Amino acid sequence: MTAPISNLQAAASLPRWYTPAALLVSFSLALASFTLSGFTNPDGAPNLVAVGVLGFTIFMLVTYLVSRSVEGRRKATDRMVTGWVTAAFSLAVIPLVSLTWTVVEKGLNRLDADFFSQSMRNVVGAGGGALHAIVGTLELTGIATVISVPLGIMTAIYLVEYGRGRLAKAVTFFVDVMTGIPSIVAGLFAFSLFLIILGPASAINGFAGAISLAVLMTPVVVRATEEMLKIVPNELREASYALGVPKWLTIVKVVIPTALAGIATGVIIAIARIIGETAPLLLAAGFTTSMNYNPFAEKMMTLPVFVYTSYAIQGTDFQAYVDRAWAGALTLMIIVMVLNLVARIISKLFSPKG
Amino acid sequence: MSTPGIKGKGKIRLGDLIFSRAATFAGAGILITLAAVAFFLFLQALPALNPNADFDGKAENPISYIAPYIFGTLYGSLIALAIATPLAIGIALYISHFANRRFSQLLGYVMDLLAAIPSVVYGLWGILVLAPFLNPTYVWLNENLGWIPLFEGQVSATGRTMLTVGIVLAIMVLPIMAALIREVFLQTPRLHEEAALALGATRWEMIKMAVLPFGRPGIISAMMLGLGRALGETMAVALVLSPASIISFALLTSQNSNTIAANIALQFPESGGDYRSLLIATGLMLFFITMVINLIARYIISRRAEFSGAN
Repeated sequence: MTAPISNLQAAASLPRWYTPAALLVSFSLALASFTLSGFTNPDGAPNLVAVGVLGFTIFMLVTYLVSRSVEGRRKATDRMVTGWVTAAFSLAVIPLVSLTWTVVEKGLNRLDADFFSQSMRNVVGAGGGALHAIVGTLELTGIATVISVPLGIMTAIYLVEYGRGRLAKAVTFFVDVMTGIPSIVAGLFAFSLFLIILGPASAINGFAGAISLAVLMTPVVVRATEEMLKIVPNELREASYALGVPKWLTIVKVVIPTALAGIATGVIIAIARIIGETAPLLLAAGFTTSMNYNPFAEKMMTLPVFVYTSYAIQGTDFQAYVDRAWAGALTLMIIVMVLNLVARIISKLFSPKG
Repeated sequence: MSTPGIKGKGKIRLGDLIFSRAATFAGAGILITLAAVAFFLFLQALPALNPNADFDGKAENPISYIAPYIFGTLYGSLIALAIATPLAIGIALYISHFANRRFSQLLGYVMDLLAAIPSVVYGLWGILVLAPFLNPTYVWLNENLGWIPLFEGQVSATGRTMLTVGIVLAIMVLPIMAALIREVFLQTPRLHEEAALALGATRWEMIKMAVLPFGRPGIISAMMLGLGRALGETMAVALVLSPASIISFALLTSQNSNTIAANIALQFPESGGDYRSLLIATGLMLFFITMVINLIARYIISRRAEFSGAN
């Protein structure tokens, strides 16, 4: 750098109250200018997007000029970046707060006893519930878990404990590819598979949905388990071998128990991922208004698909359908949050101390 | 297989044999599953390639049918990426270098939760909350900046436009991208940062000199990951977008190119025969597009060790 660098310590700095004061002034200025000029949304409320953009622009401009004249160029740039980073952060937080708030507020309208004790059979308009969808979600997620957890854990054991050479490389590579499968493609796959096995009349059933979920879940389980097995110290394995314990018993009795908490956490997070999958179930398990306990025959409703169809296939009583969609969304979100929380608690309680 | 013991003398135990075979079989199972996915999709897509295929009048030929959807898929994802990348970098920087430790731990937890919110919930929120909220802004953009090609055309009355879809997709991929970038930023060698600060750098100068060069590969791979997610996203797009079978760059109209995934979700339940095969063929196409993106991402990540600056 050839330009002389200003001395940060020698320069004066802006007082601490500057930032909140400038923010307040800029945004009230933006709000006032839009309200007074009559530039508002059709319903008369100020356009928050415009206020936000103008307020932020005023704040950044003023701050840069003030800071540059008082603190120098380098400090001014620093303030610009701090402003941008904080703005990026708040811009991201706003929709997420709005989303959570809307789901909770609108979901509570229909989150009653009926919602958890009735199906939608013969329901037109208000009333009805999502019991058939909740049963479907629990069964399909259960089946998918039963398939993909053993497969995933054994694959991870293969990769960490046994895998050498080309097969192991190929498996690692294709687990990555599998992680990237779009969920709807998994649904198309399950549908195509059962179309060939069972024919067009009964291709869509709960089990097909479970298979598509298993395709999505397995790579997540493999990755999580692999990470956990890798951090089991080699000394434990060597100590076990030194005592004459065979390799498979070492894995079952020493390696897996050491990594168990981490594996359980990974499995629960994987379940939380797939429990909200909509697209594959829409194709492979279909949708219905009736209760169906048997995953091997007939279409089966699931909670995410319930949310989608409640909104997308509306009857005459628009509000009743939308209310049910929100209640379903809230139920789904609560399930996901609880699963995440359980995963956190397990990993906290059973993680190695030290 | 390496059994511990003295070379040549170690006898293979039955338990070892069964267990190692089972593990190998499970590993091979992954390969078989993936091959099955490609094979069965291909098998079902094949009838659509027949020149005499009958698409119930919904499509002329496979290529002209899929072209708008490929365009819509890429366009929507790129808009999402363009919005999400600067925000994700900002959030990651905020968590790793601006917020205090307690707060940033909480934020990390919130990020994990947000990544797990089902896409159908984002879709519901997008169409019922976000689209009406943004629509007055779209009208204004169209009236005053309509001379920019992106904002031209008959503005949508509902806000169910390509731009809304891009924003919803951006919000959806933001948590995972920010989490990944934050991980990389946190791995910046402490000494580099402290050296920069000790030389009198401001916080931004330190970030520019130490953190960003170190984190660049991480940012790129996070972008690729976000792109992969956005490409395959179905329900949010299916709910929010007001689709048409055209290729159009206009962001604010109600005539938008649909995405492959959303089109399948909308059309599939009521399709049959050759038209269903055609939809499966578009699914296969989507599979290959995302696979290529993921391969590029993997390649970049694998090169990371070479130019990370950590060694």
